Amino acid sequence: MSEIATLKIWRGDDKKAGLWETHEVPFERGQSVLDGLRWIRANRDPSLAIRFSCINANACKECMMELDGTTIYACTARLEPRVMSLSPLSNKQLVRDLVTEIAPPGERWPLARK
Amino acid sequence: MVIEPKPEIMQAETDVLVIGSGAAGMYAAIEAARGGASVLLLDRSLIGRGGATVMAQMTVAVALGAETPDHWTHHFNDTLAAGRSLCNAPLAQLLCEEGVECILEMEDWGVGWARKDGRITQAMAPGHDRPRCVYVDFLSTGPAVSKTLRTALHKHAGVRRAGDLCVIDLLKVDGEVTGAVAWHVGSGAPVVISAKATIVATGGLTRLYRRNSASANMGGDGYALALRAGAPLIDMEFVQFFPIGHLAPRLIGMDPIMWDPFRYKLGGKLLNNRGEEFTQSYGVPEDGKYVVTRDVGTHAILKEVEAGRGSPHGGVYLSFQHCPEAELRAAFGPVIDRLAKNNIDLTKMPVEVAPIAHYHMGGIVADARMQTQVPGLLVAGEAVGGANGANRLSGNAITEALVFGRRAGRSAAERVKEVHTQNSNDGSAREVLDLLTRDAPQNAPNSAAMLQELQATMADDVGPLRTKAKLERALARIDALDTMLGDCPFGGHRTFDLSRLEWFDLRNMLLVARTVAQSALARPESRGAHQREDFPGMLPSWQANQIVRLKGGKLDIAQVAAQ
Repeated sequence: MSEIATLKIWRGDDKKAGLWETHEVPFERGQSVLDGLRWIRANRDPSLAIRFSCINANACKECMMELDGTTIYACTARLEPRVMSLSPLSNKQLVRDLVTEIAPPGERWPLARK
Repeated sequence: MVIEPKPEIMQAETDVLVIGSGAAGMYAAIEAARGGASVLLLDRSLIGRGGATVMAQMTVAVALGAETPDHWTHHFNDTLAAGRSLCNAPLAQLLCEEGVECILEMEDWGVGWARKDGRITQAMAPGHDRPRCVYVDFLSTGPAVSKTLRTALHKHAGVRRAGDLCVIDLLKVDGEVTGAVAWHVGSGAPVVISAKATIVATGGLTRLYRRNSASANMGGDGYALALRAGAPLIDMEFVQFFPIGHLAPRLIGMDPIMWDPFRYKLGGKLLNNRGEEFTQSYGVPEDGKYVVTRDVGTHAILKEVEAGRGSPHGGVYLSFQHCPEAELRAAFGPVIDRLAKNNIDLTKMPVEVAPIAHYHMGGIVADARMQTQVPGLLVAGEAVGGANGANRLSGNAITEALVFGRRAGRSAAERVKEVHTQNSNDGSAREVLDLLTRDAPQNAPNSAAMLQELQATMADDVGPLRTKAKLERALARIDALDTMLGDCPFGGHRTFDLSRLEWFDLRNMLLVARTVAQSALARPESRGAHQREDFPGMLPSWQANQIVRLKGGKLDIAQVAAQ
């Protein structure tokens, strides 16, 4: 019997009006939370918004989010065969779903405009 | 059905537009600003975080002569030899000659190259005739290079920086590139940017492959932008596979090319499933030293696997079990602890490794000023084609990013002084704005699944070992995916709509995948990173580069004798 990781994911573009959505992901030992989120996008729902570049190296530092209320990098947090709650960073401006505005203020598009 | 409002179109103006913020883009921005130009530096991800630079583990090749006497001509000769007679000599010369200045400027900016007894340390790497590679310990070269350039960039008020901006197409007026249309991922808004000079610094195409060592944003965007703007590409069949990409056991928080530094410092042994070293059967005995070049290593490993002598996950073993623990710790202290967290003890077990897409030798045709064949369009870094021929030497990638970036920035600033009036982009932007603001088709396919399918096709059929049948199967798959993609972007006009972003990514990736597969099909020989199992061996008559152009929506491939 293969094991399952249950990802409970916060979705929405308004902090006050989000929904929790639950997905079951096939669990393989050694996987990261980011692996689980990428599996959901390719197999269930490509509209799920996540931010990442380097996938596995923890070099880009873009995949920050909250796991059970604690800030993590999704690429280094291990996926586990249990219910895991994922939500956007609570102290940053929300963009959509698990994506928040984490760029330094001087590197955000409308501010860089002349 | 909810009708989503279409976002307002934004406008921007700059002297120099730089697309991509790896080392090449950041150095280009700094140099253009030093030349008096205003600069807008964009990245589809965050500034200085995505791309390949930040992923570099260790070596940066440069004839500093700090370790042993050296001269750029020796580095140049090694680069040409590694390139299997296909290097563009003026570009290779620029890389080797000006690399020295750029590496020293990086030191002035505080990068912190590793030192011993007060002098910069240079490591021996395969294909080099002497110790030539500078680095930052431990596995920190890429992050240190990125951070140093970001800090240097902040000192130039003339450089504006913005992340989450994905360039969709370049704009042309009267045959010259006059800027670009970008899509702001963060808001879903189109942005029309007018620029007197545009520098493509978007890196390579490793995202085309299932297993790759670069960021998710290296899908060959720059090649597609250049092709559609009328600039030719060169050597697209030469994709470098890094032979010893990590395969198993599963590691998190580590770059898959992490074993390279271990081999530089400690040698290590490549073993098949009988526990035997095997590279000698492919012409390169190792004897405890790391000497096998990337093309030969990749070929040897894949052939061992094919012969049934591979490891359980389909690679081979890399072992450091012969190294004393103290030696491992002295060389890689903090990394040994990170491995322990992943339950890996190198004194007790080997790891499994296999080739992984790593770098692209091909790219946009440019002269030694980084000028493409279209006025107003320059290129920098990995996006430039030709400097490394059929196989890149270890350590040349960061060097070329710095050198080509600096040169592109300088050329762009010179052009800005010559262009007095900026033509309006009102007409040229219409077509791409129409595409960007189109609504999605009913029942759009899953963009992320399509992307995975393309990656699987490229890995299985356009990998390091090729045949006519495999390449033709890949081209048929690419055709089918193109049909699925259609003419209307998926997703909508919302914030951070990844389905729409991936539709534009696939539009580029499918075009670029086709250039690789068609160029590979057109070359009936094996050379460097391009190995045709149906055409083993190098042919003197194919000491030629292949130039790819887009003509009337079709690719045109022409052969020209190598310079």
